[in-house]
Amino acid sequence: MLTFIIRRILWGILAMAIVIAITFLLFYLLPSANPAVLRGGRNASPATIAYISAELGLDKPIYTQFWDYVKNIVLHFDLGYSYYSSASVTGLIADRLPATISLAGGAIVVTLLAGIPVGIVSAIKRRTFFDRAAMGTALVFVSAPIYWLGLIALYLFAADIGRFRVFDGSGSYVALSTDPGRWFGSLILPWIVLAATLAAVYARVLRGSLIDVMGEDYIRTARAKGLRERRVIMRHGVRSAITPIVTLIGLDVGSLLGGAVLTESVFDIPGIGRLNYDAIAHSDFPIVQGTVLLAALFIIAANIVVDIAYAYLDPRVRPS
Amino acid sequence: MSPDTPPLLEVEDLRVEFPTEDGIVHAVDGISYAVGRGQTLGIVGESGSGKTVSSLTTIGLTRTQGARVSGQIRFEGRDLVGLSDDELRGIRGNDIAMIFQDPLSALHPFYRVGTQLVEAIRAHRDVPRKAARAEAVELLELVGMPDPKRRVDGYPHEFSGGMRQRAMIAMALANQPKLLIADEPTTALDVTVQAQILALLARLQRELEMAIIIITHDLGVVAEVADHIAVMYAGRIVESAPTTEIFRAPEHPYTWGLLRSIPSLDRDREEDLVPVSGRPPSLIHRPSGCHFHPRCPYSQPEHARIDPQIAPVPGRPGHGVACLLAASARERIWSELRRGRDAEDAAAAAGVKTSEVSSDAEPITATAAAAKESES
Repeated sequence: MLTFIIRRILWGILAMAIVIAITFLLFYLLPSANPAVLRGGRNASPATIAYISAELGLDKPIYTQFWDYVKNIVLHFDLGYSYYSSASVTGLIADRLPATISLAGGAIVVTLLAGIPVGIVSAIKRRTFFDRAAMGTALVFVSAPIYWLGLIALYLFAADIGRFRVFDGSGSYVALSTDPGRWFGSLILPWIVLAATLAAVYARVLRGSLIDVMGEDYIRTARAKGLRERRVIMRHGVRSAITPIVTLIGLDVGSLLGGAVLTESVFDIPGIGRLNYDAIAHSDFPIVQGTVLLAALFIIAANIVVDIAYAYLDPRVRPS
Repeated sequence: MSPDTPPLLEVEDLRVEFPTEDGIVHAVDGISYAVGRGQTLGIVGESGSGKTVSSLTTIGLTRTQGARVSGQIRFEGRDLVGLSDDELRGIRGNDIAMIFQDPLSALHPFYRVGTQLVEAIRAHRDVPRKAARAEAVELLELVGMPDPKRRVDGYPHEFSGGMRQRAMIAMALANQPKLLIADEPTTALDVTVQAQILALLARLQRELEMAIIIITHDLGVVAEVADHIAVMYAGRIVESAPTTEIFRAPEHPYTWGLLRSIPSLDRDREEDLVPVSGRPPSLIHRPSGCHFHPRCPYSQPEHARIDPQIAPVPGRPGHGVACLLAASARERIWSELRRGRDAEDAAAAAGVKTSEVSSDAEPITATAAAAKESES
């Protein structure tokens, strides 16, 4: 098991190295604009641009640039500086990360609390009114663009502009450390909106998976043993049917931590997604690069966790 | 079985129907049988003959599939058909246990064998976990599992086919059932392992004095272990007799077909195995008259109209058959068949006209029927 984990982590490091190389290629070799010009501001003189180029190391050979770039990331967690504010990208990310973690963590909790029970009940009460209503609603949530759902939610429930003013609206985010009560209140709507689309997927996947599992021979065996139906469903059915959900959780947590760009924008939450969005709008390459690397790191890490969780869940894939 | 003690299990006019979009699947169509304490009944038939559905119905497992059940299933005098789900649950795995064809798919892949055994024990008895675990080891020992103390912590995928079936049997025995239903218990196993499992079942039956219903498509399997055999075709029992009678003097043309399709060492090597021609009928649109007539080489025109009921064979206690041929004709045909004649010669010698059996007589017309039947 330990060698399996180590091997997975080594593969993860390799994947991360490849991502670093690709981002470097994309942002340094194929710039859509000369970074020195971007930094120089309006009407910069050629001398200024040359000076900035030298300062950013853009005049050095590419392999030297790449080496410096990798060295800074690996040794100093240094992702460079914003072309605009000159703030350290690592610092910016560290500032924004708590908001994104708050949004992602809460959204996953709400997703699981809603998606898993609905999926189970839909599978067990297949073709009933509940099942059809739940799956119909899920289809709407899966299909609807998330920014549209977010705007509808604000229109209906936001404390400032809503029809029914029950939850804090856009731009109300405060840090957990500032005021836990307001932090929670401000995140309720974004959590629900983000969870709606995710939970819809989870419910549908779990429903399908559980329906398949409930047809398995070992479910018949569990019933033949005289177990209570509840135990047959939960311990024997859901236990097997949950594995695809574990994959989904891993990937979703990974990508949410990389920044929920649309949700953060609609609700004006100062997270990684918002940072990334603003950076793209301003061609602020170091920040874009930093957020891309961060997202890749989270997704690769989530994949490793999923693989290990799988080995834990299913003894057949457990390396002996 | 002495006539004054009631049998352990008495099934009377049991009917199981599944409504589907294509029509009603008549999976079990009015069967009756009885099993005495400590006795073994073999139920033999092709897939789709209703043998599995009838047994699953006994322990209420077709209820969840939307089956419509009528008739009576009396276990120790108590009718199981009318019991509530919870009352039936109390009987399943406790008084009546069941084992299945493929022990790999029948055991939960994620749980240790010991955990699954403990669960079976604790489903019906309030035993502390530790004591239940000790019992689990004993059960594995009872079924001849090598190194049970270590194996109790193994996962099903780490076991061989034979060991898995032993584990299944151990689980079924967890609460000392009075009746064990074994559905094709050896079909998924190697021939040598088959013999071991059958010997194990026979030994356990003697030691634990339990009754067994063994369901199989293979007459060879039940020949050794069953006291009585019921042959099922298209949801009905077409012949029922003590095991020795079935092999010595079978009465139904379908039973003849089954017997002649078993390979055996003492058979002349020149002699061909004779398959039963045609395919099992659809259980939605069943053939008229005798359900077997489209595949029966001896069927007469009127057999397509008259539906035979199972009736005692004169002078043979315990032997019943549902066949429209005259008893004397059947006797002559079987004696000819036994001498190695083919169906046509045997019929001619017995003075019965043969009918053409087309190879795809009454193909299965509805996919739903096929789906339902694949469960048995």
